[in-house]
Amino acid sequence: MTDSEKSNAQPVLECLSLSKRYGGLDAVKDISLRIKPGERRAIIGPNGAGKTTFFRLISGEVEATSGSIRLFGRDCTRMPPYKRTAIGLGRTFQITNLFNTMTVMDNLVLAAIGLKRLKYSIHRNLASYKEVYAHARMILETVGMSDKRDVVITGLSYGEQRQIEIALALVSDPQILLLDEPTAGLSPADSAMMARMIHNLDPALTILIIEHNMDVAFQVADCITVLHQGSVFAEGCQPDISNNLQVQAIYFGTE
Amino acid sequence: MNDRANNRRWALLGMGIALLVLIFLPPLLPPYVTVLLTQGLIYGIAAMSLDILIGYTGLAALGHAAFFAIGSYTAAILITRYHLGFGTGLISSVGIAAVAAAALGPLSLRATRIYFLMITLSIAMCLWGLIYRWSSFTGGDNGISGIHRPDLGLPLSMSEDRFFYYFILAVFIVITMLIIRLIHSPFGKTLVGIRDSESRMRVLGFNTWLHKYMAYIIAGALAGFAGNLYAYYNGFVNADIANLPGCMKLVLMVSLGGKGTLLGPAIGAVIITFLENMVSVYTDRWLMVLGIVYIVTARVMPGGIMAILKQLGRSTKTL
Repeated sequence: MTDSEKSNAQPVLECLSLSKRYGGLDAVKDISLRIKPGERRAIIGPNGAGKTTFFRLISGEVEATSGSIRLFGRDCTRMPPYKRTAIGLGRTFQITNLFNTMTVMDNLVLAAIGLKRLKYSIHRNLASYKEVYAHARMILETVGMSDKRDVVITGLSYGEQRQIEIALALVSDPQILLLDEPTAGLSPADSAMMARMIHNLDPALTILIIEHNMDVAFQVADCITVLHQGSVFAEGCQPDISNNLQVQAIYFGTE
Repeated sequence: MNDRANNRRWALLGMGIALLVLIFLPPLLPPYVTVLLTQGLIYGIAAMSLDILIGYTGLAALGHAAFFAIGSYTAAILITRYHLGFGTGLISSVGIAAVAAAALGPLSLRATRIYFLMITLSIAMCLWGLIYRWSSFTGGDNGISGIHRPDLGLPLSMSEDRFFYYFILAVFIVITMLIIRLIHSPFGKTLVGIRDSESRMRVLGFNTWLHKYMAYIIAGALAGFAGNLYAYYNGFVNADIANLPGCMKLVLMVSLGGKGTLLGPAIGAVIITFLENMVSVYTDRWLMVLGIVYIVTARVMPGGIMAILKQLGRSTKTL
C-alpha cells in the first residue's frame, strides 16, 4: 500500500450523526461528514444554518449533545479544545478574535508557544526564546506581513487583521484548518486576495471553510456541503452544486 | 519599536527616581511618615499580587483580601502561640495562603466576570465570618495582639521603625523584581493572552483554566506573604482586614494606580494608606472618602495614575 492509499483509508475528520441542541432548538442536527487528507471543503448555508456551531463542535468549544467526532482516527468527542489543537487542529473566527493590546509579533509568538512546554515557564524572559521568534517571523512572511510586525493589532486595517486571524491558526502547524468566514466584511478586492492566499497554502493542509462568498468558496474548495436548519441539505462537487436549484432556493428564497 | 524603547526608558527613569526617594527621603521626614510608608509598601505587595489577577489575567478578584488575612492570621497565631521564628512563620503564611488558593480556586474559577467577582467576595466574607465567630482560635472580635517585630539576626533591631522600614523596602524590591520577571515570562504572557481573548487561547492549545488557576495560586501566595509582613508591622490583627472595606481597599489601590501596570497598584497602595491615616485623624467617615475616591477614579481616570503619568511622558516627548 502506498502512502497516499494509506492516508486515503484514514479520514482526517469524521463526524457521525453529530447533534447539538440548545433547549428546544436543534442548532446542529444529525450531521455526518468525512473529510479526506488534503481535501478542501466549503460549508455554505443561510444565516442560522448551524455552520459556526458545527465548527465549535469540531474544535471542542461546545460539547455535542449526541454523535461523535473523530480527528485523525482518534475519538475526540469529549476532548477539550487545547488537546484537539495539540493533535493537529487549527481554527479561525468569523468575528476577528486577536490579542488586541499586543503587537502582531507578540500575537504570533504567543500562538507559537501554545503547544510548547515552555508556556509554563515563569523565570525566563519570553524574548530570550529565539527559536519561537524565528518561527513566528516565518509565519509572518507566509502571509506577507513582515513589515507590520511591531504594529499593535488595533493599529492594523481590518483586512490586515483578517490575515493575522489566519496566521495565528497556522503557527501551530495544523493538519486540518477550520476557517470561519475568512472574508467576512472584506471588500471584493481584499476577498479575492484572501482567497488567493488560502488557495496558496500548503496543498497537504486539509481545509474546511465556511464561506458566504460563492466565488471564494469555489476558488478554495473542491467540494461543498450545504447546511440548512442544522442538517446537511446537499453535498456535491462543483459544478453540480452551483446548479442545484434547491440550494438556490434556500439562498434566494422560493417564489 | 522606538516607542517601546522610549517607554522602557521612562519606566526605568521613574523607578530609579522612586527608589532614590524611598531610600534617602525618609530619614529627613517625620517618623510617622516612615511608618506609613512601611504600611504602604506592605499593601503595595498585596496590591501588586492582585494586579496579576485583575490587570494581567483579567480576573476581577474582589475578595483577594482573604489571602492577605490568611497570611496575617497564620503569622499571628504561629508567633503568639507557638513562638515560631520569622522564616518558618513566613513560609507557613505563604504556604497556607497558597493551599487555600489552591483549594478555593476551582470554586471561584468555575465562574467568569461578575460571577467570579461575587464568588471571590463571598469567600472573603465567609472567612471574615469564620474569624469573627471562631474566637477560641482567632481571638474573634478582639483579634490577636502581642506580635513582636521579627529578630532577623541582624545587628539592627526591627522594633526600631526606621530599620523595619528598610527591611520592608528591601523585601518590596525583591518581590517586585520577581513579579516583573513573572509578567515577562512565557507564562506571564499567556495570562495577558487570556485577558485579551480566552476563546482564542483555547484553540491555540492552551489549557486556559490551568493558567488561571496557577495565577490564582501565585497571587494568593503573594497576598499571604504581604499579610505576614502586615502582622509584624501592625503588632495586631483583627477580622476587619477580611471584611468588605478591606477587600474594596485592595481593589481601589489597583484601579487608582492603574491596573495592568504592576507599579501603579503599588503607588495606589501608598496613596490609599496615607489618605486613610490622614483622613481618620479628622473624621470617622473614612469609608465615605474611600467611596468618593473610587467613584472619581472610575469616572475621571479609568486608566489610573499610571495612564496619566504615561500621557505626561508622551507630551514632554513631543515638546
